Amino acid sequence: MASVQLNNVVKKYGALEVVHGINLDVAHNEFVVLVGPSGCGKSTTLRMIAGLEEISGGEISIGEQVVNDLPPRDRNISMVFQNYALYPHMTVRENLGFSLKIAGKEQAEIDRAVNEASTILALEDYMDRRPGALSGGQRQRVAMGRAIVRHPDVFLFDEPLSNLDAKLRAQMRVEIKKLHQKIKTTIIYVTHDQVEAMTLADRIVIMRDGFIEQQGTPSEVFEHPVNTFVATFIGSPPMNLLQGKVIADNQLAFAEGFTLPVPQEFVGAVKAGQDIVLGFRADNLMPENHALDLDEASPPIKMPIVVSEPLGTETLLYTRLAGGEIQAKMLKPRPVVDGEVLTFHLDLARCHLFDADTQKSLR
Amino acid sequence: MRRKKIPTWFVLIFPALVILAAVVLVPLLFSLYSSFTPYKLTRPDTLFKWIGTFNYQKAINSAVFWAAFGRTVLLLTIALNLEMLLGLGLALLVSRVTRGQRALRTLMMFPMMFSPILVGFQFKFIFNDNVGLVNNALQSLGLTNEAIPWLVDKNLAMFSIIFAEMWSSTSVFAILILAGLFAIPQDPLEAAKVDGCTPWQTFRHITLPFLMPFIYIALAIRSLDVARAYDIVQIMTNGGPARRTELLWTLIGRTGYVDAKMGYANAMGYISIVMAIFFTIFFFRKLNAARSELGMAG
Repeated sequence: MASVQLNNVVKKYGALEVVHGINLDVAHNEFVVLVGPSGCGKSTTLRMIAGLEEISGGEISIGEQVVNDLPPRDRNISMVFQNYALYPHMTVRENLGFSLKIAGKEQAEIDRAVNEASTILALEDYMDRRPGALSGGQRQRVAMGRAIVRHPDVFLFDEPLSNLDAKLRAQMRVEIKKLHQKIKTTIIYVTHDQVEAMTLADRIVIMRDGFIEQQGTPSEVFEHPVNTFVATFIGSPPMNLLQGKVIADNQLAFAEGFTLPVPQEFVGAVKAGQDIVLGFRADNLMPENHALDLDEASPPIKMPIVVSEPLGTETLLYTRLAGGEIQAKMLKPRPVVDGEVLTFHLDLARCHLFDADTQKSLR
Repeated sequence: MRRKKIPTWFVLIFPALVILAAVVLVPLLFSLYSSFTPYKLTRPDTLFKWIGTFNYQKAINSAVFWAAFGRTVLLLTIALNLEMLLGLGLALLVSRVTRGQRALRTLMMFPMMFSPILVGFQFKFIFNDNVGLVNNALQSLGLTNEAIPWLVDKNLAMFSIIFAEMWSSTSVFAILILAGLFAIPQDPLEAAKVDGCTPWQTFRHITLPFLMPFIYIALAIRSLDVARAYDIVQIMTNGGPARRTELLWTLIGRTGYVDAKMGYANAMGYISIVMAIFFTIFFFRKLNAARSELGMAG
């Protein structure tokens, strides 16, 4: 049970700096997800918290204690690795109890903790098997079990689900969420999958190139991305972006003579002549007669369908607008023919404007 | 009349069969046969006299033979264990080296590049009681005034031989164990660190189980090597003085070629082979057990 603070933490490999002085406060019992594309420094950050990587600058504290120079074993943390990292020569039971045995705990106490963990994770039937005889999902559960028997202050997860197939991943996501409800502990979770981040996190921390781009609750980062990177990284399909310019009379002009009024929210925030990027999600661009409750409907927009992807409950439409390919959603699907021209409405109240130079939100 | 056609499979394996028969099978059967005769190299006609298991009985009842047998097992046990420990230590040290590791690995293999005969001569000189390096050094340092009879005293001679063996072959262990160290996945080691292991506990519970298959392979190879030890001993002490360092194969070699009693030598040879086979099976069993523990069997 502890909070975690990262204070201006830097990681260098020789002359190459990969994490550039990040600050992060993780509250007691909070579930924080570090998310970003590969190479953004999220795993390195996690490994620095674990003590598996030395830090090149700054300060990391766990539960008020600075742990910069403590080896992993003295940090009272548990970690679940991407490749499970089970001990192949030990049975599930031995894997679970290993850390307690190392700590010199009594056999009775070890048994109790191991049984408790195996019940939580439904591992009772595999206790005497070796990891080699388990499926991916089972191994993942053993890895989590090994982490929980120690009752650590902080759980660290390093892309724990990326080796599982889609169905199992969704299932384990729920398991992890349940686990957090059951054993209230601080969790720091690293993933490159924004769906995992959105579904699991109390707070999402989006990283790119060794910097934190934005942090906030899932709905904050989804609804108010601070820049185009966050806007396109969070949410699926990624947010549509159109390059444009503010012209007189609060109008936005795009390629091929396409224009739109400036959304009410941004009137006054932009001035004529400014280069902007318009961002909107597929969910907010809908064909006529499918547009449900638009708060601020745009004038009708005619667009040809390039490709349609029926997903059952909805159909994803790939269309062309102002020289770019964009995606729209049909919420009450009907068969669509490729090449068919449909009339769309955009919900201007859900649009975002970014500065074209800085890529930052103009909100 | 049609010629009978030889089956293709037979045509294909025939050359291999001929070669195998010529270089392995016939000599093997011949030596096995001769072990049941009083065959002496100097009297070829003795080859045709069948004496049953006389040679085997003679060997089994011979104190000299069993002394050599015991000495060989002793040499094998001591040399293998020491080489394994030293090789393990060496491999662990070298694996931590960050600069010049390749060069170091090559250097480490130098002793393996010398003929055992030359190693024998080298250590015969080093341990010589009058002009040897060791005595010279000990005397110069004032540690002793005596000329220590390294190759004459029973225990010291065995020690010297074991030392020479270790010098030439510890690197076999080091290289194989080093290969094992490189093959260890990093994840379980990191998991162990997070699980609270000290460096020693990590080594004991994670690294060592991963290394065991490599250690057993090295032990199996080296046990065959040492069980047939001949060259180094032959050069350094010639099994002497007064058979104090007589090993199985120096004894067998002397019996066969010096005393020319080839039939008797072959009988002893066959008994000794049993020992080599025993050690091989023993270590391969261990190897398979260690591998299946790691889920690598199959």
